[in-house]
Amino acid sequence: MQHTALADQTLELHDPHSFVTKYIWSQDHKVIAIQYGLTAVFVGLVALVLSGLMRLQLGFPDTFDFITPSSYLQFVTMHGMIMVIYLLTALLLGGFGNYLIPLMVGARDMVFPYMNMLSYWMYLLSVIILMASFFVPGGPTGAGWTLYPPQAILQGTPGYDWGIILMLVSLAVFIVAFTMGGLNYVTTVLQARTRGMTLMRMPLTIWGIFTATVLGLLAFPALLVSAIMMLLDKIVGTSFFMPALVSLGENLDYTGGSPVLFQHLFWFFGHPEVYIVALPAFGMVSDVLACHARKNIFGYRMMVWAIVAIGGLSFVVWAHHMYVSGMHPAFGFFFATTTLIIAVPTAIKVYNWVLTLWRGNIHLRVPMLFAIGFIFTFIHGGLTGLFLGNVTIDLPLSDTYFVVAHFHMVMGVSPIMVLFAAIYHWYPLMTGRMLNDALGKAHFWLTFLGTYAIYLPMHYLGFLGVPRRYFAMGSTDFIPESALSLNASITVSALIVGASQLIFLFNVFWSLRHGEKAGHNPWGATSLEWQTPDVPPHHGNWGPELPTVYRWAYDFSVPGASHDFIPQNEPPDAAHPTSDEHDERGGAI
Amino acid sequence: MKLVIALVVLVVGSLLFHVLSPWWFTPLASNWHTVDTTVDITLYITGAVFVAVNLFMAWAVYRYRHRPDQRAHYEPENKRLETWLTVITAVGVAAMLAPGLVVWADFTQVPEEATPVEVVGEQWQWSYRFPGADGVLGEVASRYVGPDNPFGMSPADPAGADDILVSSNELHLPLDRPVKLLLRSKDVLHDFAVPQFRVKMDLVPGSVSFVWFTPTRTGRFDVLCMELCGIAHYAMRGQVVVDTQDDFDTWLGSQSTWADISSQPAGDPDAGRLAYATCSACHGPEGEGNPAMNAPALAGLETWYLERQLRYYQQGVRGAHEQDNLGAQMAAMAATVAAGSAMRNLTAYIASLPAADSDATVEGDPHRGAAHFNTCGACHGRLGQGNHALQAPRLAGQQDWYLKRQLENFRRGIRGTHGDDNFGHQMVLMARSLQNEQSIDDLLAYVNTL
Amino acid sequence: MSLFSTLREKPWEPQPQPAVPGPAVAADPMSTARTALRFIMAIVSVLFFLFIITFLSRSQYPDFQALAGQPWQPFTDTSRLWFNTALLGGSSLAMHWAVMSARREQLNHAVLGVSLGVFFAIAFLLAQLDLWQRLSALGYYVNSNPANSYFYLLTAVHGLHLLGGMVVLANILFRVWYDDSLASLSGPLSLCAQYWHFLLAVWLVLFALLASSPGTINALAALCGF
Repeated sequence: MQHTALADQTLELHDPHSFVTKYIWSQDHKVIAIQYGLTAVFVGLVALVLSGLMRLQLGFPDTFDFITPSSYLQFVTMHGMIMVIYLLTALLLGGFGNYLIPLMVGARDMVFPYMNMLSYWMYLLSVIILMASFFVPGGPTGAGWTLYPPQAILQGTPGYDWGIILMLVSLAVFIVAFTMGGLNYVTTVLQARTRGMTLMRMPLTIWGIFTATVLGLLAFPALLVSAIMMLLDKIVGTSFFMPALVSLGENLDYTGGSPVLFQHLFWFFGHPEVYIVALPAFGMVSDVLACHARKNIFGYRMMVWAIVAIGGLSFVVWAHHMYVSGMHPAFGFFFATTTLIIAVPTAIKVYNWVLTLWRGNIHLRVPMLFAIGFIFTFIHGGLTGLFLGNVTIDLPLSDTYFVVAHFHMVMGVSPIMVLFAAIYHWYPLMTGRMLNDALGKAHFWLTFLGTYAIYLPMHYLGFLGVPRRYFAMGSTDFIPESALSLNASITVSALIVGASQLIFLFNVFWSLRHGEKAGHNPWGATSLEWQTPDVPPHHGNWGPELPTVYRWAYDFSVPGASHDFIPQNEPPDAAHPTSDEHDERGGAI
Repeated sequence: MKLVIALVVLVVGSLLFHVLSPWWFTPLASNWHTVDTTVDITLYITGAVFVAVNLFMAWAVYRYRHRPDQRAHYEPENKRLETWLTVITAVGVAAMLAPGLVVWADFTQVPEEATPVEVVGEQWQWSYRFPGADGVLGEVASRYVGPDNPFGMSPADPAGADDILVSSNELHLPLDRPVKLLLRSKDVLHDFAVPQFRVKMDLVPGSVSFVWFTPTRTGRFDVLCMELCGIAHYAMRGQVVVDTQDDFDTWLGSQSTWADISSQPAGDPDAGRLAYATCSACHGPEGEGNPAMNAPALAGLETWYLERQLRYYQQGVRGAHEQDNLGAQMAAMAATVAAGSAMRNLTAYIASLPAADSDATVEGDPHRGAAHFNTCGACHGRLGQGNHALQAPRLAGQQDWYLKRQLENFRRGIRGTHGDDNFGHQMVLMARSLQNEQSIDDLLAYVNTL
Repeated sequence: MSLFSTLREKPWEPQPQPAVPGPAVAADPMSTARTALRFIMAIVSVLFFLFIITFLSRSQYPDFQALAGQPWQPFTDTSRLWFNTALLGGSSLAMHWAVMSARREQLNHAVLGVSLGVFFAIAFLLAQLDLWQRLSALGYYVNSNPANSYFYLLTAVHGLHLLGGMVVLANILFRVWYDDSLASLSGPLSLCAQYWHFLLAVWLVLFALLASSPGTINALAALCGF
């Protein structure tokens, strides 16, 4: 714990020299962030391919020989788990959290750099364990990403043997990795802010990441508890979650356990997990919107309060995932009420984003396109949440494609729109080069319109009553033939969206060498990360002296100022029209 | 500019899609019209918000797009505006929540007069139990479950004797009478869902959950399992038939009670030997089957499967499809077997014949077939030995050309599509996961190795 | 409440500027470590809280047989548990003494205190292992009853946390030794001691729960709404 941030006077001593210490066993938060990012994107691509395979089966049933009912369920499970945990959580917190926290609060590094490095390597280990389950006998688990017992560990479910064990072990390792990283994030935010950076001067990105990390630290233990207890049920034969049952004609030795108990634990983690993904996205999109609209974020205080309120409330809504789980129906009243209450702070955030655009000076650059795309998809996904959160409406809609469409809209597409906005926005800082604009726009349009073409129709399959996690619909008395063509069109859209991500990947690698040079602060941003002496920032971030903060992060278009932005570290008297410091830095656009 | 147009087009397009969509709730068949009303209220409120916020955003993006010499307005916050928006949102949320809670209160209170009916779920089929004349469901427990007691009826509880056991995926219910379904699972989580009734509930092993409704129109409705329950989750289908009271009473009267079933004597193989003489002409003296006569092996099959198939042939559930010529031959033969003890004796004799391997006629790659057999083995057993609990017959030792023909019959809907074929529809779905002849040959090559 | 007044600040309004001139300085290692420790204790508390909640919920199923209450049940006689508790308490006391000595710069006493603390902690773990073996020998296997499962599970998780604490302690001692900066021992050591006291408190809660009679457990469960 003593390897605290670099002491200010001895910068050179800590500089890594060899390739290995600089890029592999690195303790620099920026390198760790990029390691996290690349690993997460890699597993994300695996999950993307899996979703393509699922869509092929659903859109064109009875066509593909290599997709069996077992492998279909395995694709569903691995796609879900990878996307939620190993891509979104890891990329938003491990990637962007790592990169942005020290830079935005004015620290030289995370407070425990060694633990930060360990965090990444544990994460990589968890990914390797997870990927290994594709190669063990029986393949990965096909129990659905919720891993509900008893079926997750019984015959009759694919991967009930090795697959589920590896999945649970991988999750436990991931939780350890997340806890090590998360301790760093919260401690850095609380203890390593530079002088003048009061809590309320922090950019909303930091508020989002900080609150999400606190949620993660307190919610992941629930997943750990359930993973440990299910592992014991599977391996040692305890009966925590396993009732007396007859599996495929065979009486097993389990007695008296409660499968619903697992669901409570799982969703006590699982619902905050939604906000672990959403809150950093909320924060980052706020900063992107403010910067490209050249306007302060509307209602900053309300935004902070909303983040904190959502974070708190997210711990008392979990059982809205369980209205039809067979728990006592009286719980429905409580959880429907808390769930709909959480809609109020969330709606306020949406209003404030839109009101930030109102009377702004909107530059429709690629990050801004993605940010506005996010507002649209998030409104859609948030509103459908009001259907499912309302216990009565959940009766016909739960476990149908409406649920699938809802959660993909709200915690799939929306955070990914923010991730893209964030990558287009901060790529110049990370690499010193701009991403190609034309490719970026093509990527935006295909992704934005394509995902809407996937998920809007999917809601209507749900209204119709089409169940999720079905390998094939076969024939029923209520699903018309036309639903099949709808499914085919969804598949085509999904494949187009999937393929269009290649444009993005190409752009990222091509621009690394051929992109336009970004220079200092190309967007004219106010927050600290753009005010480093070098772009990309060097090890230690700030050169000889830490910055001092004099103002909040949203001094855009301040009346009377010479530029339409004033960086946080600009002293009050330097902001007067006579100052020309910023022309030297080539800041304004 | 393009973005503004896109936003407006998406909003208008979503509305049009909603209005023109042929995909909407199925026509209601229960008393839960209040659920539909709640959905409508939420739909109108959220729809209005969707249109208003997005159009405002599109307008803002258009009106405040960057132009030279333009500067954004500086306004950190606007308390009045934010307070108003909060209040309006809270009112809208309350307007959606209140009706939801009222309807949920109805859902949690089952009417006194509701008839209890037990629904039993297991991988991957449904069965049902009525309380019988005494109106009380007898005690059940997991430890009593066995081949002869699939419901796990307690032998000690006299209340169980008159319980009516429906070992079929098809449940009949009377029209306009509230019914309380008691949901019980023998193995994993399932979910009893009929889209037309709107309500659904999970079946949780180890406890009994419930759902109640009043059917309001006659007809046949699909029951779908809506909680992931393993490989054949998608094939776990059943049916609810809503009858008039008279039709319902007739149907219920034709079902057997636990007392009937448990007192049925076992078949006598010796008594069945004579009757088998007719069968042996085609199926062979040892039940080994005969490719030349298109007769599959019978040795190794168990009584419950043989009886069910004979009954299906007799009732036209199997062998009645116009393209099933060979099945028609068998249907004619099956008609000569009298139901009851004669059939039990015959099947008992056949079941006593020793299982033997048959000669391979198809060529395929058993290694690739093993991957396909993963799915089959879930029900038919890892060694293809069959599983009574899942109603899955033995496959090992069966003539491969016969299995191939049956798989094709299932795929083409020649077998398994009759409304009364309780287990055939699963095989239809399963057989369709094999996309071509090569896969079937590979699979059978593997089955031949078992 | 300072948190509420912080959250009500209006950051866009002019605020008092940093008073001290000169360069900003990096964070203080001790206060960061203290913050991190508080979070760790919060996380571990949540972990055990959830285990205990599931314990109480599970205890309401008919197959649950508490380990105490009837004369033949192993924890009706709690003397063994008290013995183990004394070992852990001794460890905690020794750590406390070590911190006090380090603060008074009596390094010999501090080293002795830490050694005693580690000795008692290891003794506690061995005693717990011995308890496991006795229970197994009596036929209380991990999978024969959920109460047994919880006993093994909770003691194992608690023991692992104690082991983790010892690894960190070893790391601290090694570095202090290596840097020859024995004088700076008291800060990190006091954090370790806090963690030790915390684990003692956790153990006391577990002890109370595991040695409760069915009546107490049922009352607790009823209190939690199960």
